[in-house]
Amino acid sequence: MTQVTMTVNGKSVSGDVEGRTLLSDFLRDGLRMTGTHVGCDTSQCGACVVHVNGEAVKSCTALALDLEGADVRTIEGMANADGSLGTIQQAFQDYHGLQCGFCTPGMVMSAAALLKDNPTPTEQEVREYLEGNICRCTGYHNIVKAIMAASGQDVAAVAAE
Amino acid sequence: MYNFEFSKPSNIADAVAALSSDEAQALGGGQTLLPTMKQRLAQTDMLVSLTGIGEMQGICVGDNGELCIGGATTHAAVAADGNYPGLASLAGRIGDPAVRNRGTIGGSLANNDPSACYPAAALASGATIKTNARDIAADDYFQGMFETALEEGEIITEVRFPIPEVSNYQKFVQPASRFALVGVFVAKFADDVRVAVTGASSDGVFRWAEAEAALSADFSKAAVDALAVPSGDMISDLHGTAEYRAHLAKVMTGRAVAAAC
Ligand SMILES: Cc1cc2nc3c(=O)[nH]c(=O)nc-3n(C[C@H](O)[C@H](O)[C@H](O)COP(=O)(O)OP(=O)(O)OC[C@H]3O[C@@H](n4cnc5c(N)ncnc54)[C@H](O)[C@@H]3O)c2cc1C
Ligand code: FES
Ligand code: FES
Repeated sequence: MTQVTMTVNGKSVSGDVEGRTLLSDFLRDGLRMTGTHVGCDTSQCGACVVHVNGEAVKSCTALALDLEGADVRTIEGMANADGSLGTIQQAFQDYHGLQCGFCTPGMVMSAAALLKDNPTPTEQEVREYLEGNICRCTGYHNIVKAIMAASGQDVAAVAAE
Repeated sequence: MYNFEFSKPSNIADAVAALSSDEAQALGGGQTLLPTMKQRLAQTDMLVSLTGIGEMQGICVGDNGELCIGGATTHAAVAADGNYPGLASLAGRIGDPAVRNRGTIGGSLANNDPSACYPAAALASGATIKTNARDIAADDYFQGMFETALEEGEIITEVRFPIPEVSNYQKFVQPASRFALVGVFVAKFADDVRVAVTGASSDGVFRWAEAEAALSADFSKAAVDALAVPSGDMISDLHGTAEYRAHLAKVMTGRAVAAAC
């Protein structure tokens, strides 16, 4: 076991990990932060997306030890300081962007990464950006709508619910 | 995934030393290697991460006007670079944003997946693959499915791309894997045209010589219309027959030329 230290949602954390420990394992088992979901574990579904140094990364396909010193943000870091839902989270609730909720942590983290670089994306840009995030329930329309709404755009004309 | 030791050297010399043991393997962005190790199709005693090596990161334009990309540079960084638009567009369509934020050009070329995108760009551009030991011309580098000229423990430190006058990559996406079912990269230089096809052949990426000759004489979609890719060596699987792939290779070549014109 080797010690790894990184910043997670603004707090410095450390733990003992093996060479093979994935970032998703470190977050879920090491830190007991189970908001990050593991769907496929083969880098296909995007449920495990977190931000590493500000960029969307599949945490099931990154080694904890490779991220020594990194700045990591997870779904647990997306709420407002008073505990209320952040803008993107609130939009997912308002526009029914989730059903079972399994894909949602990854969707919200991908959406946040998109809006950071592209504050007012087109519907097409949102759909393309979510290519690596798979949802088995919603059919995507309401996810796209929620993200467009979170970016402050009028969503009246976005695909039907 | 079986356990392994992990090391993260900060320069090429230390990485090469760490990789000199038979049981050690390089780790780029891990987007191919980690899933493969989880499936126990690969295992190693020691993974040597190349992502902490500053001299293998970044993009610049070299003395001869070629684009020099560090071997550990991510797909996202290449996609954001404005010097070689055809290459940037290809990099921006690899997988999805999260894959592009980790996956590296060196890892993609070392893996030489028969459906990968970068091999088509490297071969069509006549790129040079620079390793810790030597320079390898793209024409000598790709040696069949998942086979390359790399020796055990040799690492890609940089890739140098001559920048064509115009270029275009057409990718017919296999929607489940997001790799290319067939992809064609066309690069037009002052005195010749190079065409590389990925995803189609059971020998991996290849140059379509007939199309190159026709396009060098007349750079138009019409020049490709009369040609046909032989289907003999094409991959046949549940996603497409050999004939379908051969047909796609031709159609994608025509589209790439039309888009580049
Ligand atoms: C969902 C998904 C979709 C994808 N879609 C596409 C696509 O559309 N097109 C496409 O081309 N690819 C695609 N890929 C593959 C992706 O581009 C990988 O990033 C790439 O193939 C491997 O790069 P890596 O840096 O992640 O290498 P790793 O996975 O770390 O390593 C791959 C191999 O290369 C070796 N290696 C790594 N770096 C070097 C180096 N510098 N020198 C020598 N050897 C090295 C490793 O030892 C290993 O054998 C996809 C992957 C995923 C998960
Ligand atoms: S759990 Fe990581 S991509 Fe599916
Ligand atoms: S809400 Fe169920 S998988 Fe997306």
